[in-house]
Amino acid sequence: MKLFDFWGGVHPAGQKHLSAEQAIQVLPMPSRLHVPLQQHTGRPAVPAVKVGQTVRKGQLLGREQGGVSASVHAPTSGMIVAIGDFTAPHVSGLPLPTITLESDGEDHWLEREPPSDPFALEPEDVAARIGEAGIVGMGGANFPAAVKLSKARQAKVHTLAVNGAECEPYMTCDDRLMRERAEHIVDGIRLMLHALQAPNAVIAIEDNKPEAVASMKAACQPERHIRVVVVPSRYPAGSAKQLIQILTGLETPAGGRGTDTGVLVHNVGTAYAVHRALRQAHPLISRIITVTGGAVARPQNLEAPIGALVEDLLAFCGGAMEATSRLLMGGPMMGQPLPGTRVPIVKGTNGILALTAAEARLEATPSPCIRCGRCVEACPMGLMPLEMSKRARHDDLDGAEAFGLIDCISCGSCAYVCPSHIPLVQYFEYARGALEARQRAEQKVKETRRLLEQHQARLARVERAKAEAAARRQAEKRQAKAKVGAAA
Amino acid sequence: MSLFPTSAPHAHAPDSVPRLMGLVLLAVAPATLYGIVLFGWPALNLFLVTILACLLCEAVCLRLAGHAVRPFLLDGSALLTGVLLALSLPPWAPWWIGAVGGFFAIVIGKQVFGGIGQNIFNPAMLARVALLVSFPVEMTLWLEPRPLFSSHAPGFLESLTITFGGIPDIDAVSGATILGHIRTELGMARELGQILPGHYQAGTAALGWTGGSLGETADLLVLLGGLWLLWRRVMTWHVPVALLATVLVLAGGFNWLNPERFASPAVHLLSGGLMLGAFFIATDPVTSPTTKLGQLIFGAGCGALVYIIRTWGGYPEGVAFAVVLMNAATPLIDHYVRPRIYGRTWRGQSRPVPERAKRPPVGSGEAE
Repeated sequence: MKLFDFWGGVHPAGQKHLSAEQAIQVLPMPSRLHVPLQQHTGRPAVPAVKVGQTVRKGQLLGREQGGVSASVHAPTSGMIVAIGDFTAPHVSGLPLPTITLESDGEDHWLEREPPSDPFALEPEDVAARIGEAGIVGMGGANFPAAVKLSKARQAKVHTLAVNGAECEPYMTCDDRLMRERAEHIVDGIRLMLHALQAPNAVIAIEDNKPEAVASMKAACQPERHIRVVVVPSRYPAGSAKQLIQILTGLETPAGGRGTDTGVLVHNVGTAYAVHRALRQAHPLISRIITVTGGAVARPQNLEAPIGALVEDLLAFCGGAMEATSRLLMGGPMMGQPLPGTRVPIVKGTNGILALTAAEARLEATPSPCIRCGRCVEACPMGLMPLEMSKRARHDDLDGAEAFGLIDCISCGSCAYVCPSHIPLVQYFEYARGALEARQRAEQKVKETRRLLEQHQARLARVERAKAEAAARRQAEKRQAKAKVGAAA
Repeated sequence: MSLFPTSAPHAHAPDSVPRLMGLVLLAVAPATLYGIVLFGWPALNLFLVTILACLLCEAVCLRLAGHAVRPFLLDGSALLTGVLLALSLPPWAPWWIGAVGGFFAIVIGKQVFGGIGQNIFNPAMLARVALLVSFPVEMTLWLEPRPLFSSHAPGFLESLTITFGGIPDIDAVSGATILGHIRTELGMARELGQILPGHYQAGTAALGWTGGSLGETADLLVLLGGLWLLWRRVMTWHVPVALLATVLVLAGGFNWLNPERFASPAVHLLSGGLMLGAFFIATDPVTSPTTKLGQLIFGAGCGALVYIIRTWGGYPEGVAFAVVLMNAATPLIDHYVRPRIYGRTWRGQSRPVPERAKRPPVGSGEAE
């Protein structure tokens, strides 16, 4: 298959050797699990259980609200001990509504029969079951998978691109999944193709994962319509827009969807979750997570229940050393700093990364831009990060927007190469936030003006009505007087 | 464990401004050493005076502006400006040429704009142009090579007199560069066939055994340094290649039309400050465009201006003028030459996916 190139990109040190050879280990069930009701893009789930209630493993905890939303399920059997706020795995450290479950140690499944032949189901029924299982995009986008599949089927997508690129440094969870559970992934891909009614699937894997490529190729052998494609290792090859560009040479139109190119991108982890949902009737209650970084004693790939705390995972890996200078959820390029270790892992968590100061290069302080243009060269979106940041810094939001602020995918390639160590992404995030705030304020002003105008129009109408009524009465009086005069 | 919130990415390429400046300094070091050896102690005196002036002016300006002096002084940019300026001066120029040049480069050329990254013009070239216009006599004092410790080279004490007191017998030492010689002779209606023999040999010119500025004579060393920088990815090929190719094409074309009037491409490429300009001056990131296409335009513009000034202008050499003129055009180039944004047309509208391109990329089961 002919491959195309994407623009820009960088070659950060992979550091995947730390955990790539560690087979997936199952994390022992923690005594308590904290399952946030919102782990996805869209509306949060609504609690479907009460405090004190006992639940089985896989039982519904929070029901999706319809539209873009996703359900959450019990990762083990036990009792609901709290429904309330718990620190979210977000840099802000703000709380999110969370259901806390105390494990009874039994791990009793809620018995449910998988369909005898999922391929006999209607495509929308397959999508519905994927929705019921609470599956979201496992690559970090967290968009409800069923919604994405249904929309893509309506858009008549012809190819499912299965993303096994895993271009983030340090991350090896997709690599291990592909090495160890290739058949299940391929089965999930076939099920998704059925739900999509699309003829082809392409599995894209970066060339730094030869074992995963071999394993996936072997699993695809009987399927002629599912192919493994080896793509060059260059960050951000695993970004949906760039992956589409690599596979088709097409660009997702600005403001459009990836499916406009006829391709739908899903992560290998999502395909695996789909397999579990349809073959075993297991909802999405666990996932593979890479726990790694120079400050982790024994980097590993763990199969952990959703809602386990970061500290549980770190403890299982021998703990994070004193040297931890930065604790992240996700990889070093796009990962989020965590407010602490007492936060739960969620459906979109692909890794926990504890970096030493040397790895994070904390010593570097920003210096003025020397206009070297490395950021322009590195940007996969064809933007000029130096110009955008210059404008963002001076609150010239329109200027930053004109240079493509809203097209930025926050991949961090520009900041990675900047010799002046300017935190470019931070400027862009700030400017985007400010832009949104301004738009909201403008909307508010517009709405206030509309209401005011309506109010004034109503007052004017009342005045006019009063005046008319007065004029009418006057006229009637005059008429009556005239009549009286005439009669007299 | 500090967990202060910071934005991604949390990894960084092993690159920094001081490291880039250091690599450029390293790349230009062989040509610098060669120049100092070739022109002896006075050249070393001038070199040191120029650099000291640059560093001193930088420190004073940073202090006046209320910036931290140490980190900026140590980023290597002022040092590099000093070195490049010294390399573009006549090697036996008096000390005050270096001092005034350093002042001009750093204060007028860089710090009044706001310091590193803010200047419009290449500081070293701006200073050279100002010196050339203000002090034409001192700035065109060329001499034949007098290598260190050779019989007719001045000793160390004598060199102090030359640099700080003035050259005792100017006529005895001065000569002309090859470009200057060609200009003078052409002006007297002579032809290149008569002018060049005895004065110009491509081999010696490339090796640097010729009159000229301190660092511009050793073309091969400059070229090697430049190629090393390309290899180390400190800079990209766009500016130097566009610049040299433009000079090559123009010189080749005109030389083919009239070889008696227009010097050959070899003369142009291997004389004056062309190599130094192409690899070390025009490639200054601050004053050149940031996009690849912009850099090609910039390089080609520099090359064309160099050729035009050398051939038809009022000065025999035009690298400094050409670079400064194109520096002035850089904001314009950066304004018009921008990359196309992914998913958008050149005009910025959303770019629809062409219908014919929507075919599946993989054949569904048929022959591959």
